[in-house]
Order: sequence, then C-alpha cells, then structure tokens
Amino acid sequence: MSEPAIQQPATTPPQPKKPSNLWMENFKNFYKKLRKNKAAMIGGFLILFFIIVAILGPFLTPHDPDTPDVVNKLQPPSAEHWFGTDHHGRDIFTRIIHGMSITLYVGFFSVILGATFGVLIGIVSGYYGGRTDSFLMRCMDVLLAFPGILLALAIVSVLGGSLRNVIIAVAIFSIPVFARIVRGSTLAVKKLEYVDAIKALGASDIRIIFKHILPNVTSPLIVQATLSIATAVLTAAGLSFLGLGAKPPTPEWGAMLSEGRNYLYSAPHVAFFPGIAIVLVVLAFNILGDGLRDALDPKMKK
Amino acid sequence: MFTYVLRRILQTIPVLIGVTLLVFSLMHLIPGDPAQIMAGESAPKEQVENIRERLGLNDPYPVQYWNYISGVLQGDLGNSVRTGRDVTNEIGVRFWVTVELAFYSMILSIFLGLIAGIVSATRQYSFSDVTLMIVALFGLSMPNFWLGLMLIQWFAIGMDVPSWIPFIENTAWFKPSGWGSFEQIVLPVITLGTGGAAIIARMTRSSMLEVIDQDYIRTARAKGAKERVVVYRHALKNALIPVVTVVGLQFGALLGGTVLTETVFAINGMGKLVIDAIQARDFPIVQGTVLVAALLFVLVNLLVDITYRYLNKRIDLN
Repeated sequence: MSEPAIQQPATTPPQPKKPSNLWMENFKNFYKKLRKNKAAMIGGFLILFFIIVAILGPFLTPHDPDTPDVVNKLQPPSAEHWFGTDHHGRDIFTRIIHGMSITLYVGFFSVILGATFGVLIGIVSGYYGGRTDSFLMRCMDVLLAFPGILLALAIVSVLGGSLRNVIIAVAIFSIPVFARIVRGSTLAVKKLEYVDAIKALGASDIRIIFKHILPNVTSPLIVQATLSIATAVLTAAGLSFLGLGAKPPTPEWGAMLSEGRNYLYSAPHVAFFPGIAIVLVVLAFNILGDGLRDALDPKMKK
Repeated sequence: MFTYVLRRILQTIPVLIGVTLLVFSLMHLIPGDPAQIMAGESAPKEQVENIRERLGLNDPYPVQYWNYISGVLQGDLGNSVRTGRDVTNEIGVRFWVTVELAFYSMILSIFLGLIAGIVSATRQYSFSDVTLMIVALFGLSMPNFWLGLMLIQWFAIGMDVPSWIPFIENTAWFKPSGWGSFEQIVLPVITLGTGGAAIIARMTRSSMLEVIDQDYIRTARAKGAKERVVVYRHALKNALIPVVTVVGLQFGALLGGTVLTETVFAINGMGKLVIDAIQARDFPIVQGTVLVAALLFVLVNLLVDITYRYLNKRIDLN
C-alpha cells in the first residue's frame, strides 16, 4: 500500500531506509534470525574459514603441490609432511590446501549456475502457469528421472572429462530442485491480494517478478542453495574419482582419492586425508543449510 | 484407487518419452563427429564410415529417433561399438548384480534409519539423540567411495588387533572385491547404505516429532495406552508416510551410487559397465545403461507413489 509501484526507474539504487524495500528488509530479518541459530553460525564460520584457507593457504604452505620428490614418496605423516606424501613424493597437506579453492569454486559456481536457470524456469512456470507450466515441469520430471549421479555422469561422458564440464554437469543436475521450489513459492505469492493490486496499478510482469515475487522466494532459495553446494561438492568429487573430472596433476580431492586407491595396502594415508577434507567441507555446508532452514523456514523441515 | 493407479501410469508416459529423447540425444551432444570420436582420432576413414552407417547417423534426426525408440520397445538397445555385442545382453548379465546391491543397501538403510530415527525421536535432546544425529550428519556428508576405501582398508586388508584381545588376530574379515559370497557383499552394502540410512534417520526423527505433538497421541496416552503402543501403533504409522517418499527418492540415489561403489569394489554390475564404456567411448552401452537405470527408477517411483496413496487415503494427488 505504501508504495505505488510506478515511477521508479529500474536503475534506482537500493534504498535501505525505505521500509517497503523487500530485499533489504528480508536481509535484515535474515541476519537477525541467523544470529540466534548456533548451528548456522558454526557452519557459516567454518565455511568462512575454508574460504580464507582457499585464498591465503596456497601462499603459506611450505611445499610445492606439483613438484615430485621421488626420494620421499609414500611417506607416512610426520612433522615435515603432516599428512604424509603421495606416490610422487608430493606433500599431501599442501595439495589439500591447494585443492580447497577448486572444491569451493566447483561447489559455488555449479550451484549458482544451476540456481539461476532453476529460478528462471520456476518463476516462469509458476507465474505464467498453463501449458508453459506443464511443459517446463515435465522437462524437470525428465531430469529428475535419472537416478542420482547418473545424469551428471552421462553429461560429462559426452562433453568429455574436465573441471569445466563437471561444473556444467553438476549445474544441470541441480536445476530441477530449484525450479520446483521457486515454482511452489511463486504460486503461493501470486495468489496474494497485493500482487493483484499492483497488477491493477499497471506494473509489468518483469517488475512484479523481480520486485515482489523474487524477494519472497529468497529464504527457501538460500537454504536449498546451501544444501545443494554440499551435494555438488560430493558429486564433483565423485566424478573426479571416476576419472571424469580434474586431470591428474590438479590437486582435486576426488582425483587424489582415486590415486590413493592404488596404495591402500602400502600407504593408506594417501586416500584417507583427501576424504576427510571432503567430509569437513560438505559437513560445514550441511550444518549451515540445516541451521538456515530452522532459522528461516521452520515449516520446510524435510 | 484403480483410477488413481491408471492416471499415475498415464502420467509417466510423457516422462518416459522425455527420458528416451534425452538419452537418444546424448550421442548428438558430443562435440564434433560422434562416429570419429568413437572410432578414435587416428582411425581410418572406412572404419568411421562403418560406425556411422551402423549407428544410422546418416539418417535425418527424427528417423534416427524413430528407429531408436522402436528398437527400445522391442528390447533392442543396439550393439557395442567396441565388441559388437548386443547391449541388451551386456546389461542383462549385470542388471541383477546392481539391483541386488541396491536392494540390500536399501534394506540396510531402512533398517538402520528407522531404528535410529525412532530412538532419537522418543528420546529427544538426550545423549543418544544428539549422538545419533551427529553420526547421521556425518553419514550424510561422507563421500561413499571414500567410506568404501576406508572399509576395505580396515576390514578387508585388515588391521592387527592388540594381543590382549582374545580370539581375534586381525580384522581382515571380508573380501575387497567381487560380488556373490557373504564376505564380498558386506562391505559394498555398508558403503552404499550409509548415506540413505542417515537421510531416513533424519526424516523419521523429524516426522515422528511432528506426529508426537498431535492431539490424537495425547488422547492415546490419556486413554492409558502403554508408551510402546503409543509409539509403535499410533505415532509410527502416521510418521512413516513422509518417510515412504524419501525411501523412494533414496532408491534413485542408491542406484546412481552403485556406479561409485561398483568401481571401488570392482563389482561387475551396470555401474562398472557404464564407467568402462565411458572410458572406451562406447556410447551405445552408455546410452543403454543410463536408459535402463532411469526406467527402473521411474518404475520404483511409480510403486512408491501408489504405496503412498494406499497408506494415506486422504491424500488426493490430483
């Protein structure tokens, strides 16, 4: 009611003081709720820590991640090599630190990509309804019909194994979840009376979608994005483990695990530590996602 | 109920068409010439042409799809580009191994998940609840291929047991590879079942907690029903309804997970078949395996939806 949704050009910068600015208001509420939730805060700090490690870590590690040192190959953990060395004598701790940025990059980027398409599909589907809706949702059903990692696997198998293609595959794999969530929320918001009111005032579809519907679907979106990053990291590591992702000298954790597989008898630590690293990162995103869900959307418990 | 089942079956038809269309298109998404890639970079021209001819890549796209789909309906998934063997046969040999692996893992997931979920929900915020939920969170966050490697290291290669523990010398109890005997089955099933168990445990817990708060549970208690009766007869029955859906979805994750598990344990199932085929650029086998897995998953979801409807007759999934 307070804002007659006309006259403002689309380029107006966000105005935090205006109570009707849904984006800012949502963000403030979000942060307030988040601070009360311990689990979410722990998860958030862990992720922040990992991001710092990914950025600064490579400058601080004492060894080089790629230079072989055949004399010291397959050494068990020691004061010199905290996590031991691999079959080329490279320091595993150093490689894990260098691999952190790859893992986070793949996780964030594939989910951002998948979420963008998912949100677009979900909004168009929910907002326009009718045949567009049924067509788009059937397409999502088709994507969901491929069990687990298999869709990503099939995509990487045709595109060829590389980190970039893993990101594309994982992104496509995560589209349907976002599309479904956003479609549901859009349907719910669309029914509200105030949307009718703004429409009557002459607001365009684009304006309604971006100014009024999108801010209202952010909470479930953030929760899902966080949990999806956890899944994305696992899927990407799995694909690399199968030899379809990052190629050998790259310190990608799944690929490191795959190399360590050959030394289970003689040097089990080679496979042990990259796995622990994956568990920790995935765990942090899962904890944050769980916490966010409890804080933002208690009804959405799955 | 009958009309519901019929309608639900009809609904899967467009999905099935979409699935076949996507699987069929896979070959055409290959950047470059698929026949050349399958034959190998340095293959002679005739060989490339031979593959192109055999796969019908010279026909117009709709004709190719029509040929493909009519083959699929007759159970013909084409031939391997490498060995020339019948893809349907190749999959048939390995199909049951994968289904067995997924089935046993599912049983393990449901069994562990339900027990952990019920214990957690009935003793909310107790030590066992917190411990179980932390374990479940780890189970959810663990790459199953890593768990598989660790299990091989701990229980197939084995570790020496300190001498003060009687009867056991080391922990090499199971076999690290293959499929068939009990010693071969245990580790892959644990590897594949853990993630599902964690998800089912979390779902059961939250669903039970929701149900336990409701009026009819209070009524049951007020009637003087024993706690055990309240939990198992009244609460669990209704709490299980959402769990059924999760179990159905979990089957898909399991089926996909067999790819990794079979690779880790060198099990000759569909998962390993598809990985070997990808490495050999043998796309008819990749297509066939992915299609069969998707069809199986669609079928399981159909059954789950029907069960769901049966369990909760009030739902109108219109």
